[in-house]
Amino acid sequence: MGLLSRKDSKLLLDPLADNNPITIQVLGICSALAITAQLKAAIVMAISVTAVVAIGNVVISLMRNIIPPKIRIIVQLVVVAVLVILVDLILKAYSYQLSKTLSVFVGLIITNCIIMGRFEAFALANGPWRSFLDGIGNGAGYGLILVIVGFFRELLGSGTLLGFKVLGDPIAKTGLYALGYENNGFMLLSPMALIVVGIIIWVQRSRNRALIEDH
Amino acid sequence: MGLKNKLHTLKEKYKGTKLAPAFGAIHTFLYLPNETTHNGTHIKAADDLKRTMNTVILALIPCLIFGMFNAGYQHYLAAGDIDAATGGFFSSQFWTLDNFSLGFWKIIPLVIVSYGVGLGIEFLFATIKNHEVEEGYLVTGMLVPLIVPIDIPLWMLAVAVAFGVVIGKEVFGGTGMNILNPALTIRAFLFFAYPTWMSGDKVWVQGAVESIGKVDAISGETILGSLGQGKHLAYSVWDMFYGFIPGSVGETSTLLILLGGLFLIFTKIGSWRIMLSSVVGALVMGLIFNYIVDANVITEGSKFYALMSTPFWEHLIIGGFAFGTVYMATDPVTASQTNKGKWIYGFLVGFLSILIRVFNPAYPEGVMLAILLMNVFAPTIDHYVVKGNIKQRQKRLKVKTA
Repeated sequence: MGLLSRKDSKLLLDPLADNNPITIQVLGICSALAITAQLKAAIVMAISVTAVVAIGNVVISLMRNIIPPKIRIIVQLVVVAVLVILVDLILKAYSYQLSKTLSVFVGLIITNCIIMGRFEAFALANGPWRSFLDGIGNGAGYGLILVIVGFFRELLGSGTLLGFKVLGDPIAKTGLYALGYENNGFMLLSPMALIVVGIIIWVQRSRNRALIEDH
Repeated sequence: MGLKNKLHTLKEKYKGTKLAPAFGAIHTFLYLPNETTHNGTHIKAADDLKRTMNTVILALIPCLIFGMFNAGYQHYLAAGDIDAATGGFFSSQFWTLDNFSLGFWKIIPLVIVSYGVGLGIEFLFATIKNHEVEEGYLVTGMLVPLIVPIDIPLWMLAVAVAFGVVIGKEVFGGTGMNILNPALTIRAFLFFAYPTWMSGDKVWVQGAVESIGKVDAISGETILGSLGQGKHLAYSVWDMFYGFIPGSVGETSTLLILLGGLFLIFTKIGSWRIMLSSVVGALVMGLIFNYIVDANVITEGSKFYALMSTPFWEHLIIGGFAFGTVYMATDPVTASQTNKGKWIYGFLVGFLSILIRVFNPAYPEGVMLAILLMNVFAPTIDHYVVKGNIKQRQKRLKVKTA
């Protein structure tokens, strides 16, 4: 990459696979289970979290030398809270229906472990540009898993993708439904999201055995 | 000996290749392999895994055959073509060729799909992981067709079997490593994924779903389902005991399950401790509910009244309780291993079965959820039983040395 040095592009690409926040660090699981029944909600959630963690990383990184270590968690919380409220208001202003679907989970971005984790582990010790890349990378890694899970859950659970009836109409019995196919109600329940995340973890670790932890 | 030797040469030829486990499996399934241990064995016993599995299957065969007759009987009875069976277990209205052939052609596809998909996945995983194919699916494959409604679409069964075998077993490392009973995992998957095919008043009798809205619509309610709705279905106690009632394919006949259970106990395959304590647990819970009704805490208006006021012993012969207790709770892999643990495990299975059955009318089959729940807790129970034993011995040691 010409634009980024090798070290910088590593910041961006590592969290997508070998250091994925969900499948490797196992952070941010709650929201991955809660809002992935629809692909659209999963995408919006992914974008929101990416924005919060990227901008928050930059802000914390800029302030890293003036934050007294004893109260750094409180400072970090204030930064996240401000950003999350902004995201919430933007969603309410431009996409009210969607913010209704996401309901409390937008506010709960504050408690998403990935964000505080990146602040603590990265932004407090690195410059703003690198922190920004790290934020984008981790947000994208989180988003990738959300989109994969959301894709399968919406396709198999509701027979739709982003609201489009890709498998036919279950009531009028067209498409696949004419053959007797039925939606899998289990896919809409949270336990199935956990199982899908588990399958991703399983596939990833059996492809790259170095990721398997020692006991 | 021709086929055996041919298989042996094939096995030698494919040794070390990816296909070796698949050939090995067919070979071992059909014959005693050529290379057995000749000396240095310390334990000699005939009851290897294959023998154990075959014994359980043998105990399940009567249920399967009865299920075939019952499928036809329930269909023709609901359609009004025949009269209700009278004259005991060997009633001439029940054991007819018509009944059998209808059930046979509906149930054999279920068995084929169950074994085909399940063994296919076992072979696939054995080939990928390069280990021997294990016999573990033989029993699961026979249990699955017996615990589903007769009219379940075959593709749903195939999806569920694939899910159950992969997520319930292979993920944990295959036979002997699973936490949950694979057959019940399969049933639970069907239950949550396709609830319209697994509950309600239409799925339990062959043809009832297709007849919806027609003039000759037939109903197919189970006793549990109707009790959950607060209604009483008129079946005599003997009908329930013999199994002349609608339900999943092979779980209706308490009599045959009882015989199968005795056979398992006699051959020392199934644990009598689990079976007995589970029955005791169910009776205790049933007695508690009966007592609550007698004390007028719950009155006729309550939605739990019908199930709570069911005589405590009747819980044993309706629904899948008997089948679950005898064939699924005793699964040696997922149950508790210690003797004291088995008592606790079994008691809680029975106790929770009836509790779930009464308080969750939407999911009237409590025994499935109770066994799955206790499967998860079985290692914990064992852990504390072993810990308790160690503590007791240490105390004894201290007394001696003091």
